[in-house]
This record gives sequence, C-alpha cells and structure tokens, in this order.
Amino acid sequence: MYVAVKGGEAAIAATHELVAQARRGDPAVPELQVAQIREQMKLAIARVMNEGSLYDQDLAALALKQSQGDAVEAAFLMRAYRTTLPRFGSSRPVDTAAMAIARRISAAFKDLPGGQVLGPTYDYTHRLFDFALEADGVERQAPEAEAPLAATMPRVPDILGAQGLMEPELPPDGDQAPCDITRDPAEFPAGRDARLQMLARGDEGFLLGLAYSVQRGFGGNHPFAGEIRMGETAVAFLPEELGFEIEIGDVTLTECQMINQFKGSAETPPQFTRGYGLAFGQSERKAMSMAIVDRALKARDFDEGSEYPAQQEEFVLYHCDTIEASGFVEHLKLPHYVDFQGELELIRKIRREQEAQRASAAKAMEGAEG
Amino acid sequence: MSSAVSTGHDPHYNYGYLDEQTKRMIRRALLKAVAIPGYQAPFGSREMPLARGWGTGGIQITASLLGPSDCLKVIDQGADDTTNAVSIRNFFARVTGVETTQKTAEATIIQTRHRIPERPLTEDQVLVYQVPQPEPLRKLEPSEVETRNMHAWEEYGLMQVRLYEDIARFGHVATTYSYPVFVNDRYVASPTPIPKFDNPKMDRMPALQLFGAGREKRIYAIPPFTKVKSLDFEDHPFTVQKWEEPCALCGARDTYLDEVITDDHGSRMFVCSDTDHCEERRTPGEPA
Repeated sequence: MYVAVKGGEAAIAATHELVAQARRGDPAVPELQVAQIREQMKLAIARVMNEGSLYDQDLAALALKQSQGDAVEAAFLMRAYRTTLPRFGSSRPVDTAAMAIARRISAAFKDLPGGQVLGPTYDYTHRLFDFALEADGVERQAPEAEAPLAATMPRVPDILGAQGLMEPELPPDGDQAPCDITRDPAEFPAGRDARLQMLARGDEGFLLGLAYSVQRGFGGNHPFAGEIRMGETAVAFLPEELGFEIEIGDVTLTECQMINQFKGSAETPPQFTRGYGLAFGQSERKAMSMAIVDRALKARDFDEGSEYPAQQEEFVLYHCDTIEASGFVEHLKLPHYVDFQGELELIRKIRREQEAQRASAAKAMEGAEG
Repeated sequence: MSSAVSTGHDPHYNYGYLDEQTKRMIRRALLKAVAIPGYQAPFGSREMPLARGWGTGGIQITASLLGPSDCLKVIDQGADDTTNAVSIRNFFARVTGVETTQKTAEATIIQTRHRIPERPLTEDQVLVYQVPQPEPLRKLEPSEVETRNMHAWEEYGLMQVRLYEDIARFGHVATTYSYPVFVNDRYVASPTPIPKFDNPKMDRMPALQLFGAGREKRIYAIPPFTKVKSLDFEDHPFTVQKWEEPCALCGARDTYLDEVITDDHGSRMFVCSDTDHCEERRTPGEPA
C-alpha cells in the first residue's frame, strides 16, 4: 500500500556525506592543500573573489576546494559568509594611478608616459599543451628588467581628458556617499554607482557575452582599449575619531578604461566617451567586458536609444548576478508538484471539453446529413 | 500532547543568523508592508547560506520574527518532509534552537512554499510565504520602473485583459497557481505559486500573512482579517479545483490532492498534499 513519501531528513544527511566523498576523489592521490590553490589557481581565485564580492584569497581558495572547483558555488560560499561580517565603514577611494604596476597596456597609443608594460599574460602564448607541467618540480624564473618602472603612471583617459577630448567624469553635485547595493536594494533607473557595483560582481560569462554582442553590432559603440592596468593598490581607511588615513593593506586590481566615439550633439562637441571596468585580481576579461557594458548602459545619457539588450539597464543589471541567477535557475530542482497538479487538471479539463464539443458537432453534422 | 522538538541554539551564530541591525531593518520593512496591505516594500535583502530562489525571502522574515517562545513549522508543497522544508527547519533549529513542529495547530510561525495549510489558521499564528516573483504584473510588463508606476496609478486593465483573453481562448482563466488577488481593494498582489485552490483561505484570514522575496528584495503583507479577492468577472466567477476522487489515505473530499503515479501503466492515486492534515484525520482519537 502507498504511504506518503518520507525520508527527506535521512536523505539530506546522506547526501552531505556523499558529496564529501566525491570531493576527496581517490584517496590514493594526495589531498589538495588550500595554500596550493591560493598560489597556483590565482585566476580562479580572482573570479571567486569578484563574484563573491569579498577580497580574501585564503577564503576563496577554501571555497574552491570545498566546491570541487565550481566557481559559481565557490562565489556563493563567499557571499553567504560576507553577509555575516560587520561593516565598520568605507575605505578611501583607491588611487589606481599610484598602482604598483605589474601590467599596463594601451591599444590606443603606441607609446605613452610610463611605457607599455606587458607583464604576465597568456595573450601571446601559443595554446599548446606544456607537457612539462605534468611533472613536478619545474621552476621558472622570469628575467628582471634593467630599470624599475615609474612610481606613478598617468591613466590614458586622464591624458586625453587634459586636452578636453574625453567625456569628463565628475562627481555628482555634493559628492554624496555612493549607494551600497549590499545594504539597500537597487532602484531603477539606477545611478552609475549602483551600476558599477552590480557589474563588478556580475557573472563574467554573462558580461562577456553582452560585451561581445555590443561589438558585433547589437549596440552602437566601437570600443578601444584605452588602457588596461593591473597591479597592487593600497587601500586606506580614515577612522573619524583619529582624523588621518591609515593604510590597511594592498589589493591586486585590474582596471580597464574603454574609449568610445561620440559624434556630439547640439550642446556637446564631438568627444570620446568612457566605459569603466574594475575587478579584483588579474581579471582582464572581466574588467574589459564590464567596461564595454558600462558604456553601453550610458546610452540613456547620450540619447542613443536602448534597442539592444546590452543597453537595457534592467535587463543587464537584474540578470548579471551569478548568485541570484544560479539560485533561481536551479530552484527548478525543488518540488513543484502542487503547481504541476494544477496544470495537469486544467489541461485534462480543457481537452475533455474540446472533445465533447467536437463530438457534439459531429453528431449535429450526422443529424443534418441524415 | 505536544510533539514539538528543540535542539538548542548553535552559539557560533547570532540568534536567527542575521545580525540585530539587519533584523531591525527587516522588521521596519515588515511594518511598512503591514501598513500598506499588498504594497511591495523594497528591503535590503541579504545573502543567506541557502540559495536564492530556495526561500531566502521567507527565511529572512522568519529569522527576524523568531523568538525563544516560538514554535516553527516549515512546509514545502504542503509537506513537512520535503527536502527543502527539512533543510530550512534544520537551519532554524540550529541558529535559534526554537521548538519545531510538524503540527499546524502547534506552530506560532509557519513558513511555507506553494501551499496554505488546510486547517484554518488563528490570530495567534503568522504565515510566512516564500516568494519567487513578487510582481504579479511581471509577465505582462518586464520593466520594474513600469510596473511600479502601474501599481501607483492602480492601472490594472492589462491584467483584466489577460484574464479575458484566457476565457476567450480556452473558456477558462488558464491560471491554476499564482492566481492574482486584489488586496484591500487597492493593490493587485501575487499570492505566490500556491494553487488557486488556496486563494479563498487568504480572504479575511485571522493569521498575519507575510511575503518575502529575497532575490527580488521585496516584502509585502496581508494583515489579519483583510479582504482578499481573486480577480474574476461577473459572468465568469472565480472557481477552485475539484477532484472526482477523495484522498486515498484519509478519504477527505475538501482538500488539495497530489497525484501519485503508482506503476508504469498509467495507474495513479490521489492523496492530500497537506501531510499533517491527512495524518491527523487518520489518527484515531484526534479531531480532524
């Protein structure tokens, strides 16, 4: 005889054990150490920190270990943890012009003050397997430059801005504190502060696809990579009771400033416009995608219309969050049988009624012919 | 006799998991929502250790309400033993140590997904709904800017047209769950994906009804004894689902039934979706 389904409690306990076992894999293979992930999976760590919106390389490494390398699950662990952290204030704005440059390139100028600094990049590697990596103990030492880099390097948009060719980006009147999307829900139309915050922790794949759509013609802008820079930047905090700034640490940042044409309008002469991307760690693809999408979302400010997905603020910002998107798509795994039962009953009822109608129509036809 | 159980509060977490400021922020949003029945109040929804879409809105409301004297019941699809209901109940048992129960009558707070219990709720109870999409107009108008305007102007013609089109095409309103309601003669609201069978229970319910949408960052409420009307037309009045068979376990004819497939030849049976109600009816000596 059928009895109502029971056993959810025991099944959940068992699945926790199963996933732990699957995570460990073959016990004959040495277990991965969190420090190994932190040191050797830096780009994965950066993505987890960005989408988890928390800068902590050790926790990101632990999250990757715990999630078997699933970046989305790892970012979720970071987010769930960060909500429990007390907030004691906002840092001072970081000065990326004073970044200790590890890499800095401009695709807009052949040479510029401070020079082009290639730094570590996969860009010019041939994508051929390096089978030497299958073996342990391969140590490589990069050659050292003859002279140290300049202590500060001007940002390319600032150089253009000095000539009046660049859309000025000035703080809004009163320079009020930016909103905080982790404390207050974003409102639409969203300010640029909310937009940049949402893009900064948005899903890399989603933003990449949107940026690509802009380039292919689903959006009117041709972007130039004005500058991409990556390196360590000091973070300072100003405790009000002390009255002076204290450096609390360094974070590795990737900053991208895209330059786009603007034909000008009746009031504004032609000039270049900006798209801005900023991400934790070495995250160029993310920062570039963010910058292109940021510029696409300025469509409203420049009267460009908003016919393409990347220009539609609610579409982009509501759907770019990894944690919200994955949670809601995956919630379809939860039981829906109450709703499904309603649908089943309705379909049966409509079909019954249509069959009855057809039958009575056929009968009437027969009657008419006979 | 009480069947409630308590396990004790895990001291590593603040009571109710959320910090006190966050709970206060949520309570403020709840007060606003209660003051304007059916209005979607934005709130600073926090990430929870459970996934978005898995009840984080309801969980945040419950977390901000629970106190040591409460007794919590969690259901999903009407049942206490569905995996996500178990998971949420365990979460609160761990972070508050409150008593939990499977009996509707014993609970002071009931968190639910997709059902309203069959047993009528009382003034001493709070029903917390998990809400996937708080905006009843979203499928008609994707933009939040637009839908907020429509609510502000009480512009609900689009929804009536949709219901009318269903009737013209199918002879029925082809909505069987999330059937829109009109709250306190002012706001069209989503009853969440409960079957329309449950809609009449919302009308003038003695219990406070609270709705939490975590991902969408909205809270709304229906205060006790508030008028809740399911949208319809004079010549096509609102009706609820009926089954030709009674519950195969308890024989009830007035409850929402789940269809259970019993073999691969199309045999099926119908049983109560509200497992506590069904069990109570089958237990001798306890009034149904």
